[in-house]
Amino acid sequence: MKPASFDYVRAASQEEAVETLARKGEDARIIAGGMSLVPMLNFRLTEPGTLIDISKIADMNYVRAGGEKVEIGASTRQATLERWPELSAKLPLLAAAIPYIGHYQTRARGTVCGSLAHADPSSELPLCLATLGGEVVLRSTDGERVLTAEEFQTGMLSTAKRADEIVAAARYPVARPGHGYAFTEMAQRRGDFAIVALAAVASGTRLRLGVGGVADKPMVHEWDMLEGGALDDALNEFAWDLGGYDDIHATARYRRELVRRLGRRLIEEAKSCRN
Amino acid sequence: MPQLNRDVRHPVSLTLNGKKVQGHAEPRMLLSDFLTHEIGITSCHVGCEHGVCGACTVLIDGNVSRACLTFAVQADGAAVDTAESLADDEGELSALQQAFKKHHGLQCGYCTPGILMSITAYLKEKPKPTEDELRDMLSGHLCRCTGYVGMVRAVLDYCENSGAGAKAE
Ligand code: FES
Ligand code: FES
Repeated sequence: MKPASFDYVRAASQEEAVETLARKGEDARIIAGGMSLVPMLNFRLTEPGTLIDISKIADMNYVRAGGEKVEIGASTRQATLERWPELSAKLPLLAAAIPYIGHYQTRARGTVCGSLAHADPSSELPLCLATLGGEVVLRSTDGERVLTAEEFQTGMLSTAKRADEIVAAARYPVARPGHGYAFTEMAQRRGDFAIVALAAVASGTRLRLGVGGVADKPMVHEWDMLEGGALDDALNEFAWDLGGYDDIHATARYRRELVRRLGRRLIEEAKSCRN
Repeated sequence: MPQLNRDVRHPVSLTLNGKKVQGHAEPRMLLSDFLTHEIGITSCHVGCEHGVCGACTVLIDGNVSRACLTFAVQADGAAVDTAESLADDEGELSALQQAFKKHHGLQCGYCTPGILMSITAYLKEKPKPTEDELRDMLSGHLCRCTGYVGMVRAVLDYCENSGAGAKAE
């Protein structure tokens, strides 16, 4: 399995990356960690004419905590975020979710923004971004656009990013006082694609549940505080709304059951860890 | 940096296991193929060529990496370490390799170089992992022979008796 031929540009700066992309247009792809893109190249599922490598751009490699949001630059590896000392205080949902992303070996190379740009419906980082209501910063020679997670991911492996734009950064909202956060997923083996992935946020009065791996993008629902049978009913309705499908790994019915059961357990966990 | 054109072999230099080496690669050449066919080392095995099995795992500038998901031109100028770096110049196995031998951590040996490189990187961060942590880390590798039990024993023995976290005499 070898990729088709392409030209290669190692961008020295963000400006160079954006300008090269503007010149090459649709025919170019950005490569950072390559953990999703290179398998696709090796399988020849995609055959770009040019690869623009942004992994060595030093000023895109950062995790920066503002008051409301944590911003993560485009060349920042998942392992860098995983080791960020403030992760569990500022982004407890990500602290819970990151161990589920691929493996130790792939997190060492894979980037946060690359996972968002790849937009796999079962991926953990897009699910967390959608559940927390985060943003994606896009940059091109025309300037900058900021999209919400909801606007950004449009479906299976597809986003609202134009061909001349790069995902320059991701912004994850900082944990709020009085809120609890929890993450879980079901996969056939450790590190495999999730059959269902779930992220929950509980405040004193509201519940929010994000589900990956069922619809063609992460789906998020929010309710006023629910308990007992009312919560089960709400989860059942949500599970049906997701429109799951059968595939070789699981039936739609099994996926709905995971949303109901794991969803219930996860919401209780989020409630119990409200700080 | 100027564009490296397709279908042209470009010079690629590495510090491979501490020594400077140079070869040539088209942009599309995987680092795994470069190490094997251009440089001629034998430890960078490929099982899947899409990042799943871990057989090709090497260290690039100290970071654990799938060589089959890295292009040789991306590694130009980097320090790359493979399993050849583990034994000393006389071919004496390292303490980790000896522990693998003692505990039957390998059978056919196809997966072993990649696993040894992962463990090498991992123990630098976490010199005394628990068995659960170790198994989680090993989930990034596939071994069709051993069932992993011997590997886990080997690493725990190594950490206990020879690694950076070994108890003081
Ligand atoms: S050959 Fe690289 S991970 Fe399988
Ligand atoms: S020893 Fe044979 S594959 Fe692991």
